[in-house]
Amino acid sequence: MNNILNHIGIENYIFLSVILFCIGVFGVLYRRNAIIVFMSIEIMLNAVNLLFVAFSTYHQDAQGQVFVFFSMAVAAAEVAVGLAILVSIFRNLGSITIDNLKNLKG
Amino acid sequence: MSTILIIFCVLSAVTLATAFLTIFSRNPIHSAIYLVICFFSIAGHYLLLNSQFLAIVHIIVYSGAIMILFLFTIMLMNLNEEKEVHRPRITRLGAIVSFCLICLILIAIFINSKPIVGEYVTTGEDYQSIKVLGKVLLNEYMVPFEFASILLLVAMIGTVLLSKKEKLQK
Amino acid sequence: MNTNLALLLLSAPFLGFLLNIFFGSRLGKTVSGIIGTIAVAVSFAVTFYFFGAIAAIPEGIHISLFEWIQISNFKVDFGFQLDQLSVLWLLFVTGIGSLIHLYSINYMHDDENMHKYFAYLNLFVFFMITLVIGSNLLVMFLGWEGVGLCSYLLIGFWHKNQEFNDAAKKAFIMNRIGDLGLLIGIFILGMLFSTLDFATLKTAISGATDLNMYWLSVAAFALFIGACGKSAQIPLYTWLPDAMAGPTPVSALIHAATMVTAGIFMITRLNFLFDLTPDVQNIIAIVGAVTALVAATIGLVQNDIKKVLAYSTVSQLGLMFLALGLGAYEVAVFHVITHAFFKACLFLGSGSVIHALHGEQDMRNMGGLKSAMPITFATMLIASLAISGVPLFSGFFSKDEILLVAFHHNIPLWVVASIASIMTAFYMFRLMFLTFFKEFRGTAEQKHHLHESSPLITIPLIVLAFLATIGGLISLPGNSWLNEYLTPILPKLATAEHHLGTTEYILMAIAVIGGLVGIGIAYAKYIKQNAVPSEDAMITGFSKVLYNKYYVDEFYDTIFVKPVNFLSRFFRDTVESGLSALVFGFGKLTNEISYQGKKVQNGSIGLYLFAFVLGLCAIVSYLFLAQ
Repeated sequence: MNNILNHIGIENYIFLSVILFCIGVFGVLYRRNAIIVFMSIEIMLNAVNLLFVAFSTYHQDAQGQVFVFFSMAVAAAEVAVGLAILVSIFRNLGSITIDNLKNLKG
Repeated sequence: MSTILIIFCVLSAVTLATAFLTIFSRNPIHSAIYLVICFFSIAGHYLLLNSQFLAIVHIIVYSGAIMILFLFTIMLMNLNEEKEVHRPRITRLGAIVSFCLICLILIAIFINSKPIVGEYVTTGEDYQSIKVLGKVLLNEYMVPFEFASILLLVAMIGTVLLSKKEKLQK
Repeated sequence: MNTNLALLLLSAPFLGFLLNIFFGSRLGKTVSGIIGTIAVAVSFAVTFYFFGAIAAIPEGIHISLFEWIQISNFKVDFGFQLDQLSVLWLLFVTGIGSLIHLYSINYMHDDENMHKYFAYLNLFVFFMITLVIGSNLLVMFLGWEGVGLCSYLLIGFWHKNQEFNDAAKKAFIMNRIGDLGLLIGIFILGMLFSTLDFATLKTAISGATDLNMYWLSVAAFALFIGACGKSAQIPLYTWLPDAMAGPTPVSALIHAATMVTAGIFMITRLNFLFDLTPDVQNIIAIVGAVTALVAATIGLVQNDIKKVLAYSTVSQLGLMFLALGLGAYEVAVFHVITHAFFKACLFLGSGSVIHALHGEQDMRNMGGLKSAMPITFATMLIASLAISGVPLFSGFFSKDEILLVAFHHNIPLWVVASIASIMTAFYMFRLMFLTFFKEFRGTAEQKHHLHESSPLITIPLIVLAFLATIGGLISLPGNSWLNEYLTPILPKLATAEHHLGTTEYILMAIAVIGGLVGIGIAYAKYIKQNAVPSEDAMITGFSKVLYNKYYVDEFYDTIFVKPVNFLSRFFRDTVESGLSALVFGFGKLTNEISYQGKKVQNGSIGLYLFAFVLGLCAIVSYLFLAQ
């Protein structure tokens, strides 16, 4: 079973994941369009998934991959519900700029 | 420099670049397209790590389902042209500073933990073929697997309820 | 059987208290009075049973209800001890208590809060019984505090009058000082012997060879301070005259016959301890003698009929303490009993007079009541003869024994006590002459209403007068039933000699002549010269000092009350405002911080996300990088 870890160290994947995750964080902070914020969250999720798979390969253990599988299921559910919420927000407010969502103030 | 390293570097570059472009492009449609490319490159990483099953599932779920959802939503909201007003400079500065900070901290952590990550040794055992994963999933993780299906069902019902047009009360 | 009866003894007054306090207002005045009286009478009957029972059991009946406190090897049971001493006390507490309850039914009939009065009175009897039959110092202390509480409640019974409230507070606070001493004494005994049980203490103290005499003396002295507070000895006596603010039957029961004798009871109970500490005994004797003299001199010039009796009580208690200090516990006990009879009779008689005059207490406005109130006059005369030490009345025997003991131990103390008893005779007959002889000096309105009191009042008077007459029989010189009876408690008695020599007869004659001289002076002054005490403003010279009670109240006021008040004001005005500024400052600071912090929670998701990311950074760096 030949894979990339036979050729390069796992730290490359670690750094890749970290940077990807940070890009996700940056997106969440930088953009005010709720859809883009959502996409940034997906990027963060993927960064974590990538690290899971890398470590799963590194430890030669299937559990990490199974976890990624479940996290994908959760992500799918989350996106479906989240987008539905965004749609209804858009219907009510006419925009999905998060600065307009000030109802959390209570 | 071996071929595989070059492939890794190219894929990583694509991943990071498209991720950045997702955030920076003004048109949400473009963002979505860049994100699809990003996901495909991540699937490429999965293939490099020799986990074909996940790569395929990833393409199906993310590129196939989730991104289509995104695109539909964007089109539904008619967001294809940029409506967003730029945030004030202080916010952008804050975002960049936070980005740098969390980057620094996370990298510092992983550098700190370097000694724990030792040399990679293979035993030659099969652990990530679709056959093995299927067995693990349906034996050890049978119950969570079923729960995942319930979760998806609940999500589906929730979505339908949420996106149904509310009846006019008055 | 004994346990149940002991519980009945205790619970009867307590039940009376509960009934009266909760249902008294609905039951009506007479019914609540009857309930109160019956409750105490039941206790009296049970006491008689025990009186018979312990004749067969010289070591007394010991009942342990349950284990109260257990810390390491220190153990306190909630138990009762019915021996000769406690049964004797019970006899006159419940006996006189029943009579006074009976008396109160009529005396308090015009009071709207009569059920409360009876409730408190029953509660008092309950606590007094607890005090007397407690098998250890802690149970005794329970009763000790309880009677103090009831005393407070009853002195301030007419609480609409602020002066009465002040008197109640004064009594309570003065008692508190004494109680602190008692507590310290109890603690020291607990520390030394790991037990508070009387019987165990007795064996521990009399059996031990290497006693720590220093701590033992300190404990005895602290206990004596407690006795001082409760039994109104110098310097803690000033509350008792003020306690006359309460209803007269209360003065008779609590402040003459029973509660104030608690100190004597306690010291007699712990005689084995005091016998080992001669220094403390000397102090007790001196304090007793001085109190007897000082109170008697003050009593000479008082015009309030109850005040005279109050100072007389203090003086008689002083004589009892003198006897205690000289180690003659049985004599003190004897005097306690006779004193309870005649002083209760005197108080009840004065109550009858006050009742007839509709609240008039000043003797200058009395006089000539002899013909209007013959029974009251006769009974009070008997009691006065008894307290003055006229032969064959009870007071003669008990007072004479005290003087005898004093003479044998210490001549100066005998002189002081003799002077005090001559004065006693004088002021008692001054009271009698001013109240009952000559012309009536009150208003015509009062004169018109003069009448003998109803049988409910006169019957207790007659009974008490009878007891005051024959009470001396229990301890005749040379053939004392009381001494034999108390021998299990006071082992010294078994070996004591009871012979009457010439000296004793001479002393007796001196005491009698002294008493008669006192009576004679009173007769000469108030009957022959027809003198009436002058108005407050016209009192001069030494008698003014006496009339103002040596200015002791003013002295205490200057020494203790005013500095404390000053300190309180200082703390209230200066320290407290500073402290409250500090506290308010914290409040304001918190308020301000919250008010500013509230602005952060502005509902902007963008800001929340920033906070979230920064928080994540902080947590992660703390967890992984801080080390």
